[in-house]
Amino acid sequence: MARKSSSLKTAVVTVAAWTIGFLIFFPILWIIILSFKTEGDAIKTPLEVLTSGWTFHSYAEVQERSNYALHFWNSVVLSVGSTLLALVIAVPAAWAMAFVPGKRTKDLLMWMLSTKMMPAVGVLVPMYLLFRDLGLLDSRIGLTVVLTLINLPIVIWMLYTYFKEIPGEILEAARMDGANLRSEILYILTPMAVPGIASTMLLNIILAWNEAFWTLQLTTKAAAPLTQFIASYSSPEGLFYAKLSAASTMAIAPILILGWFSQKQLVRGLTFGAVK
Amino acid sequence: MGNITLSAVTKTFGDVNVIPPLDLQINDGEFVVFVGPSGCGKSTLLRLIAGLEDISSGKITIDGRDATDAAPAERRLAMVFQSYALYPHMSVRKNIAFPLKMAKMSQAEQDKKVENAARILNLTNYLDRRPGQLSGGQRQRVAIGRAIVREPAAFLFDEPLSNLDAALRVTMRQEISELHQSLKTTMIYVTHDQVEAMTMADKIVVLNAGNIEQVGSPLELYHKPRNLFVAGFIGSPKMNFITGAEAAKHGCTTLGVRPEHVEVGHGDWEGVIGLAEHLGSDTFLKVQVAGIGDLTVRVPGERGLHHGQTVRLHAPADKLYRFDASGMAM
Repeated sequence: MARKSSSLKTAVVTVAAWTIGFLIFFPILWIIILSFKTEGDAIKTPLEVLTSGWTFHSYAEVQERSNYALHFWNSVVLSVGSTLLALVIAVPAAWAMAFVPGKRTKDLLMWMLSTKMMPAVGVLVPMYLLFRDLGLLDSRIGLTVVLTLINLPIVIWMLYTYFKEIPGEILEAARMDGANLRSEILYILTPMAVPGIASTMLLNIILAWNEAFWTLQLTTKAAAPLTQFIASYSSPEGLFYAKLSAASTMAIAPILILGWFSQKQLVRGLTFGAVK
Repeated sequence: MGNITLSAVTKTFGDVNVIPPLDLQINDGEFVVFVGPSGCGKSTLLRLIAGLEDISSGKITIDGRDATDAAPAERRLAMVFQSYALYPHMSVRKNIAFPLKMAKMSQAEQDKKVENAARILNLTNYLDRRPGQLSGGQRQRVAIGRAIVREPAAFLFDEPLSNLDAALRVTMRQEISELHQSLKTTMIYVTHDQVEAMTMADKIVVLNAGNIEQVGSPLELYHKPRNLFVAGFIGSPKMNFITGAEAAKHGCTTLGVRPEHVEVGHGDWEGVIGLAEHLGSDTFLKVQVAGIGDLTVRVPGERGLHHGQTVRLHAPADKLYRFDASGMAM
């Protein structure tokens, strides 16, 4: 009897989980479907959309009208570049907070996180003026720095939690063995924290890849990543659902594929410490 | 060389004074054991010598050089941790070679020294394994291997055997003692286990609440404890302490007698056996003596003594320890 009711429960939970999963994924699925339709079919009722013919027309047109390769490359440079830069700063910072905490370390961590609570638009004008005066508008370097700064608190927080899991005695052993600070971080801490660092990197790349506010405000063409590429299809000429969907699909495909292949790593990294 | 001198060393954590001013001289080649109950500051003292903690005041000299402000790496000391603290992502070979790599030694020389250490510690067949694939005893040997390759001025051991099972502990204890005899390098060993202290040490430092209660050879501490604390801490089972009229009869506040010195079958004290523990080689008795209280008695061999039996006990006068009101030996 007990077994029967528990298997029923499992079935209900399973159906519910798949339903929720499907609902969350549905917008992305719908975008992918629309991208294979003509502009005319794309604005019809959902049933008509599903029954209408399939075409690669929108992809061809998007390819023709804009430089996907350039935007793709910009996205790669910005997301990977800002992630690496953030790690260079965050690894030593997280080391200091995890292994030689001071009285104010907790406050410092909270303060860093609080910067994420501020709406980005609040500093848009000063940032824009700074970028203009420094000649950084529409430059990859400028945007890389901005993306690094906005994600830095999260990177430091994540690394801090991973580093807390590493026994301090191992680092002390390295110190006794003659390692200086650089060797200690390079040969002991970093290799031991690889799962955590990897998932932090992945998450940060995804965040930077999808970052739209600053990339849209501070770039026009030369440094514009894929977010700008998508946005260009909802322009003054009107909304073109099929082309917008094709552009969106092309923009999210790389990060979706990266996420799919690294999901094991991501889940392991995000639950690091929680299961131990 | 491995002469270590601590002069007026203190350590405070916030408002808590863990080590009051403390002086200690450790001579080259000595096996020194810091022993005391948990929380007595023995591990802190070792970490101060290692340089893993900064001292609050005082001076530490290693081989005549002032090492007070030197980084751990500069002190030429090697440490074996309670948790072994092996590098989990490196093979045994790389673990042992790590200090040599940090010293920028040539690869050929590193290999030679690692092979040599592995041979001494019976680790040759495990050099390419990761620490996770080794047993506790093997891990401890790797930790020791990592310490000996550097040929340090002194070895520091922080309760290295407490994670091992009882049988392995005895074997490793002997291995460390043999290692000391062959290397003749200064060793400082922290433990809360007085048996380890008694069997391994040339010199025991008994610590209590950060204070040194007594420094001496194992037998000095056994035969001539300076105060009640040392008398109670050294020796197993613990020394019996008798107060009141019986102590006054001997002109002291507290009278001490070790369980192994009490003779059974004759004497002035009469008591009832409350508990008899038969170990085969020895029998431990807990005897309720009128006017004195519970006495622990150790009888060699098996004499058929049992619960409820009335026995007479005798403590030879030359085996009595007398302590004054302040707990100091008289």
